[in-house]
Amino acid sequence: MSGPSTYKPKPGFETWLDQRLPLIRFANDTMIDFPTPKNLNYWWTFGGILAVCLVLQIITGIVLAMNYVAHTDLAFQSVERIMRDVNFGWLLRYMHSNGASMFFLAVYLHMARGLYYGSYKAPREILWILGVIIFLLMMATAFMGYVLPWGQMSYWGAMVITNLFSSFDQLIPGLGTSITTWLWGGFSVDNPTLNRFFSLHYLLPFVIFAVVALHVWALHVPGNNNPTGIEVKSKSETVPFHPYYTVKDGFAIVIFLMLFAAFVFFNPNALGHADNYIPADPLVTPAHIVPEWYFLPFYAMLRAVPDKLGGVLVMFGSIGLLFILPWLDRAKTKSMRYRPIAKQFWFLFIIAFLVLGYCGSQPADGPIVLVAQIATGYYFAYFLIILPLLAKLETPKGVPTSISAAVLSSDKKGQ
Amino acid sequence: MKKTLFLGLASALALSLASPADAAGYAKQPKDVEWSFSGPFGTFDRAAMQRGFQVYKEVCAACHSMKLLSYRALGEKGGPFEYVKIGDELKHFDNPNDNPVVKAIAAEQVITDGPDEVGDMFERPGRPADRFVSPFPNDNAARAANNQALPPDMSVIVKARPNGANYIYSLLTGYYEPPAGLNVPVGQYYNAYFPGDLKAYWKGEGHAPKGGFISMAPPLIDDIVTYSDGTPATVEQMSKDLVTFLAWAAEPKMEERKRLGFGVMLFLGILALLLYGSYRTLWRDIKH
Repeated sequence: MSGPSTYKPKPGFETWLDQRLPLIRFANDTMIDFPTPKNLNYWWTFGGILAVCLVLQIITGIVLAMNYVAHTDLAFQSVERIMRDVNFGWLLRYMHSNGASMFFLAVYLHMARGLYYGSYKAPREILWILGVIIFLLMMATAFMGYVLPWGQMSYWGAMVITNLFSSFDQLIPGLGTSITTWLWGGFSVDNPTLNRFFSLHYLLPFVIFAVVALHVWALHVPGNNNPTGIEVKSKSETVPFHPYYTVKDGFAIVIFLMLFAAFVFFNPNALGHADNYIPADPLVTPAHIVPEWYFLPFYAMLRAVPDKLGGVLVMFGSIGLLFILPWLDRAKTKSMRYRPIAKQFWFLFIIAFLVLGYCGSQPADGPIVLVAQIATGYYFAYFLIILPLLAKLETPKGVPTSISAAVLSSDKKGQ
Repeated sequence: MKKTLFLGLASALALSLASPADAAGYAKQPKDVEWSFSGPFGTFDRAAMQRGFQVYKEVCAACHSMKLLSYRALGEKGGPFEYVKIGDELKHFDNPNDNPVVKAIAAEQVITDGPDEVGDMFERPGRPADRFVSPFPNDNAARAANNQALPPDMSVIVKARPNGANYIYSLLTGYYEPPAGLNVPVGQYYNAYFPGDLKAYWKGEGHAPKGGFISMAPPLIDDIVTYSDGTPATVEQMSKDLVTFLAWAAEPKMEERKRLGFGVMLFLGILALLLYGSYRTLWRDIKH
């Protein structure tokens, strides 16, 4: 819905600039006059929320990096010095560590919305794929960031995850070992590992920023999807982004920040693990190694498969699938509002994902493994079997002819 | 419908966010103690912190280091000795280096400093800027003196254990008589709250008791310290005071954090109301 630009530069400087570098035109077309469907609900506010998350993480991270020391002997102490002696260091660190959690919370809701309303379908496949790339980069960044305080969970988490690659020894003997040695910069997780993780943890957020720019660009070509999943047919079905959505998103962002602040100021360690306040000790393995909560569903999939290489492939495959999702689900109707059967399976999918998260937090024995296997099976079946089949078999119900028609009918129901 | 969906999802998420299961082991559930510092309004009880510091200094410090703390921290804002009773007046010291109590505590320590201008190390009394002096020069010395067990550093121990404050209190007050039928190894002590697995040591009826063996002998006995404020030094009282001190040591900016939190919440709350009002006004005539 980008269409021709409506920007009319004022005579003088604006016109002069517009003929040389149309910065103001760009800002106007992307953030002010951008026509946006008028029927977006609150699930559409997570894009703006995520932008705020990214900027907050980068700002707090840059200041933290000024005080952090990436050395195995000093990392833990330097973090504690930030907590105790740096002015508002505790605020920076708690914002950064809880900010990661908030970032993932928002990204999961953002993705769940995309799945429900079919935002990955034509003409938004590239927009969706860029989003999956951002998600992968976020996971890499968060994983490496969690290693930096060099607590017990940092160390052992890094050990478990980097060791996943050693499973490639099952494919070609020596391949996996070579990869882990290369990743570690040595023969175990040690100072070179910490150093490179710090370097990459500083680099990747800027890569994310660049991919976010592409993501926003790819959004502005077809324009927003909307709860009906029907493309905008006329300008009357849209409102300019500013002020209509800047204010609505602004409200949602502030509500989200209140949740964020509740954690930062009143329960800053609730989402972390107590063991990470014990300095890393290569000689003492924690009784129960768990990743941060936002990785638990994938951790559960990893452990659901008895074979190590199999587990690794399933875990990476679970995200790999998302890349081809637009071609797995060929249903013409985007929004599950009008897909009564697919909607049920979507809810089951969300439940399966939460169940996986719970399984990932528990020791992998007894019924937990079986439950994780069933949930993993459902996760894959949803994408590989259910959505492709439903595209052929399901008859959509009550699809309106346009956004305006949908708005009118919901108006009647409301009254 | 939409709202219920959202609420359902939110609560499901909240459930899935609930903290991962406690580390392996079958210890008793820690006692639920009422702490001055819990909850959004909680603050550290100053008198309890001071008494707790006394317990640390006179008992725990024989084996446990607190390497992350400096003596000056004791006199910093929110610390146990920020206010000092001089005569009948409570005096506040902005700079802990001027604080007579902090100076005296630091000066009790002997610090090896140097090298001096001819290259020799020398000893001097401690200053507020010094870190807490550790009881052992290194971990190996600590193990050698403690039957191969390493007494953990206590700087952040309240944050380093799940349900830390309750756990440490329970541990300190949890040295019960070992149940008949439990074979306690030499140099170990039965503690009902210490995670462990006692199956192999259990000869009694039914399930093995909850708890584990800890290498630390019961550190507190009634009246092991004498409180200057006349508080009876029972094991329970000392444990509570000590945990209050340790909770402060682990999170010295907690009071500042909560105070700022209320300001931030108030600000965001007002901003949210204003934005919601603007949103409703702006969208009033738009059918959506």
